[in-house]
Amino acid sequence: MTATTTNIDAQILEEERRAVRRRKIEAVALPLGTLIVLLLTWQFGVRLFGVPSYIAPAPSEVAIEFVTKFSLLMENFWPTFYEAVLGFIAGNLAAVLLAIAFVHSRTVERAFFPIAVFINTIPILAIAPILVLIFGAGLTAKVVIAGLICFFPTLVNMVRGLQSVSEQSLELARILSASKAEIFWKIRLPSSLPFLFSALKIAATTCVIGAIVAEWVGADAGLGALIIDSTFNFRSALLYATVFMSSGLSVFLFATVSIAERLIIRW
Amino acid sequence: MAEPMETVSNIEGKATGNRPVAASLTNAFVKFGAFTAIENLSLNIEQGSFYTILGPSGCGKSTLLRLISDLVPCASGELKVLGKTTEEARLAREFAFVFQDAALLPWRSAIQNVELPLEMGRKRGVKIPVSDKTPAELLELVGLKGREKSLPHELSGGMRQRVAIARALVCKPKLLLMDEPFGALDEMTRDHLNLQLLQIWQETGVTILFVTHSIPEAVFLGQKVLMLQANPGRLREVVDIDLPYPREIKLRDTQDFIKYTSYLRELLETC
Repeated sequence: MTATTTNIDAQILEEERRAVRRRKIEAVALPLGTLIVLLLTWQFGVRLFGVPSYIAPAPSEVAIEFVTKFSLLMENFWPTFYEAVLGFIAGNLAAVLLAIAFVHSRTVERAFFPIAVFINTIPILAIAPILVLIFGAGLTAKVVIAGLICFFPTLVNMVRGLQSVSEQSLELARILSASKAEIFWKIRLPSSLPFLFSALKIAATTCVIGAIVAEWVGADAGLGALIIDSTFNFRSALLYATVFMSSGLSVFLFATVSIAERLIIRW
Repeated sequence: MAEPMETVSNIEGKATGNRPVAASLTNAFVKFGAFTAIENLSLNIEQGSFYTILGPSGCGKSTLLRLISDLVPCASGELKVLGKTTEEARLAREFAFVFQDAALLPWRSAIQNVELPLEMGRKRGVKIPVSDKTPAELLELVGLKGREKSLPHELSGGMRQRVAIARALVCKPKLLLMDEPFGALDEMTRDHLNLQLLQIWQETGVTILFVTHSIPEAVFLGQKVLMLQANPGRLREVVDIDLPYPREIKLRDTQDFIKYTSYLRELLETC
């Protein structure tokens, strides 16, 4: 009797384990399989309907272009990378500092917040030419544009984060006679970190958009410049390869921020 | 009633007698705008005693603790904590506060949370008192040996509250203010922490002011129950609980205990 029960228990356990494994495999296999099917459809679709390569290149052509033009792609990758990263740092730093000012002074908040909202409502494509006129065609304009696009989400999140301290934590700080600086460094700033990281994850992908848009307006190097160049020269396979490169850059920055988040925020 | 119940005027007269005073209020008022939270409160808290505070919501129980701990100002009247103003007492770390939710910093481990009071306040002129127990020893005292490195989210609600108690004790306060510290815990955990708190009280000799909603908890813990009434917050009655220490859980099933709880329940209904 007991032997049978144990046997059945073991069977159930084994089945459950199998089900978990199946689900894990499915989680990877399903999107991967879908992607392969889509790529094959694309590949045979363009062949079957005789779509010219300059309108829609086959995936195989894009892959070949990616390998053969890899050094050209990398040459243009680095400028965009620097612009995006510098913009990321500048935009987020400015947003964090302004958020700190907002939290410490209602006057500053009332003075600047409506302006920040207004700037955020201007489409980045519309404001980019203005910034290029102001800062010239060099690196500065690109960094400013990439920074601007990061700025607003971080500002809003950081203000919320700094205000997310519980009433009781502040009462505790008062009972301990903590100074404003102690409250900031030991309570407010750590409390804001989860909010900051969710903003940084948004910024990690948008700063690449900012850098590429900035390059469209005026640049002779960078992934944005390469996109414009390959479009006008009907080099569609190269265009597609550049687009993949851009998305790769976003994924890389996003992953970096996510790893940093996991290392820093353990609570 | 057979129990030695005392009126407000009695306790005032008595407390000025032999035992030293941890906190004294004379005609104290607390006002929030037009709202009077505490009206004309006069009270002496004897050093080394365990007071529990009961009363309907809005009676100013929490406000009383916040008044003593210098979180809310006294509108009029006089208030001394260990013979000092509340601000002086705060800077001397004469009192510590335990909140309803443990108010631990979630990114700090248990022991780092206990150490927090040692890291704050120097710039404001606090001379941080040296305790005879290290933070690790305090965690051991509250039964959390081995959990020093755990983050708050890895601890149960009861454990978090014990970390908060260890943190409150780290500067060796003479007065411990507790605002419904076990209100959110299940009954088993609460019983356990009640016993542990009584043990800590007897070991350290700290004066405790303990706000609660639970009549049995108030009777079980306290030497005296302060009954407050609402609208406006006033002291209704001070009830001496004449039950011997050390107290055990089964005390709650005794006739004497039940006499106190039923008396307080009736009293509470009229507050």
